[in-house]
Amino acid sequence: MNWLAYNTLIVLAGTSLLGIVAGVLGSYMVLRRRALLGDALSHAAYPGLGLAFLITGQRHFGGLLTGAFATALIGSWTVGAIRRHTRVKEDAAIGIVLSVFFGLGVVVSRIVQNTTTTGSKAGLDSFIFGKSSGMVAADVRAILLVGVVVLAATLLLAKEFRLLAFDPDFGRVQGWPILLLDIIMMSLVCVTTIVGLPAVGVVLMAALLIIPGAAARFWTDRLGRMLWLAGLFGGVAGACGTLASAWAPSNVGAGPVIILTAAGCFLFSMLAAPRRGAVARVLRHVALARRVAMQNLLRTLYELSEPAWPDPAPLRPGDLTAARSWSAAQARRLLRRAAARGWVEPSGDGWRLTGAGWQRAAEVTRAHRLWEIFLIEEAQVAPTLVDRDAEQVEHVLEPATVRHLEQRLAELGLVPQGLGAAPRRHAALEELEEAPS
Amino acid sequence: MKATADKATGAEPPLRVRDLTVAYHRKPVLWDVELTAPEGKLIGIIGPNGAGKSTLIKAVLGLVPRASGEVLVYGKPYEANRRLVGYVPQRGSVDWDFPVDALDVVLMGRYGRLGWIRRPGRADRQAAMNCLEKVGMAAYAHRQISQLSGGQQQRVFLARALAQEAQLYFMDEPFAGVDAATEKAIVALLHELKASGRTCLIVHHDLQTVSEYFDHAILLNMRVVAQGPTAEVVTRDNLHKTYGGRLTLLEEAATEMARARR
Repeated sequence: MNWLAYNTLIVLAGTSLLGIVAGVLGSYMVLRRRALLGDALSHAAYPGLGLAFLITGQRHFGGLLTGAFATALIGSWTVGAIRRHTRVKEDAAIGIVLSVFFGLGVVVSRIVQNTTTTGSKAGLDSFIFGKSSGMVAADVRAILLVGVVVLAATLLLAKEFRLLAFDPDFGRVQGWPILLLDIIMMSLVCVTTIVGLPAVGVVLMAALLIIPGAAARFWTDRLGRMLWLAGLFGGVAGACGTLASAWAPSNVGAGPVIILTAAGCFLFSMLAAPRRGAVARVLRHVALARRVAMQNLLRTLYELSEPAWPDPAPLRPGDLTAARSWSAAQARRLLRRAAARGWVEPSGDGWRLTGAGWQRAAEVTRAHRLWEIFLIEEAQVAPTLVDRDAEQVEHVLEPATVRHLEQRLAELGLVPQGLGAAPRRHAALEELEEAPS
Repeated sequence: MKATADKATGAEPPLRVRDLTVAYHRKPVLWDVELTAPEGKLIGIIGPNGAGKSTLIKAVLGLVPRASGEVLVYGKPYEANRRLVGYVPQRGSVDWDFPVDALDVVLMGRYGRLGWIRRPGRADRQAAMNCLEKVGMAAYAHRQISQLSGGQQQRVFLARALAQEAQLYFMDEPFAGVDAATEKAIVALLHELKASGRTCLIVHHDLQTVSEYFDHAILLNMRVVAQGPTAEVVTRDNLHKTYGGRLTLLEEAATEMARARR
């Protein structure tokens, strides 16, 4: 049983902690739309590893870290410089820096292998995809140290980082050194990336920064909870990845499995999250479509019956298909659903609204007419406010606005029957639509 | 309070800007701007698109680099008196899908006085709630900000500025794209600020309402065309200088102004 082996435990601790830290910090990157910068950082760190080996001539841990940090900083600074001083946009700048620095790293690592006697021992290639089985206690100690610093910083500077991520200009007006805060955050990302290289590698490190935060965002609208969740996802991914790769029969590296586990978390979140998830969205849309169809049925029944109120003739599905875009089958299905709720009943050779159905239909009609007046009268702002599904206008608009709309409705004689005032034809609305307001 | 003490030390105006020039890549956006904001007034900054209205505010607040110039807030350099300054940025300047609620945003107005590391406490929350109350948004305190309408988001920004408890407010297009109810709420709030001796500089794009909303006006088109009491400076002649040849708009505005003055 090798899964309890000392080395496996070391690696397990290291990758879990790395996942937690990367998840927390990466959340800020995702929120600041800087996700790709992490990718540039990790690739830019690669030549630094080779250069450090060339200079020191050995795989000295501190030396490698310093080299990686130096070139990663140069890389991120280059991205910023290209964006500020040229017309090249940030995505292009990131693409350039990422591939150029990686190419440079490959060249440096070839030189190391060809010119130094110990070159083959440097194992620089293992930093490309990571090789967690090769992780040693020093690697894990580095992750632990960085982890403590990063978590302490994100706890202590929670409010500063929130301001930096949401509205840096407002922070500047209050006198916060926004540039310094940005440098602190990017340095934390930088060191996290670098200590993650032995485990996850240059190519996949960015994924560990981005995916947990992106997944956590689906579950909550609170920044604090998002950070906790992202840490949890990252930690679980780190642990599962290591365990899975230790158990796997073929020699799969932990790095790819970690990323795939994180991707599993993301996929699950994207589909299953209660409000922002894809399934919830589809269900909501279906429910909305059903509600809208039912509202339209009630309103159509109401308006077809309105002229003959209080003793309207029964309506046939044919009357409905003439008034709306429904097929005869759709109209019958809707009528059956309305009947199941007790809003319509068969009458003669057609259907008519029941007492409860009339009340309901009058409410729906009132809400729709209020919205229509609102759209016409406040055309410049209305589209952002109108809620097609909101039968209760009062839930969306200010009381004063609703009162005004009610008043207009009464002036136009459009207040539905069964809610109070005297009836008049819907034509008044069409007149209003044609007349310039 | 510190704010009022500083303010009382002299007859210095809330804002004095001298010789302010801002340039992007050698192309001037603001050129030799001189202006003085009198205390306790609502001051509209008016001008065509691209006239540098927002840039003026941002340059005063140090958000864009100045090529030259001096900004004095109550007689001291802006950096020394920034606690007296409140800011309402353009609504479009932030990501409204950010995972915070309305109260969180308003609490950010308190961060400045909290200083490093300290978290907002119960008193700050209470103050932030009061500010939301003042803009009629207390009921929405715990709504995620993407679920607010444009006007409501604007009011959250105003509440955040109120939470700064400043003396001099800069507001960048607070009336842009808001519904009638929000517009009314903002106007009421401005009058309340004025009544308590605060000074507000407000970038405004709607000529029709200038004379209705503002005591003073600054007509801007790269340079300050005119500044002073609204009735005196918003004249046909000055508008012509500010807006150039856009005549239809001008005629409309001029008749509106004439009507308003009668």
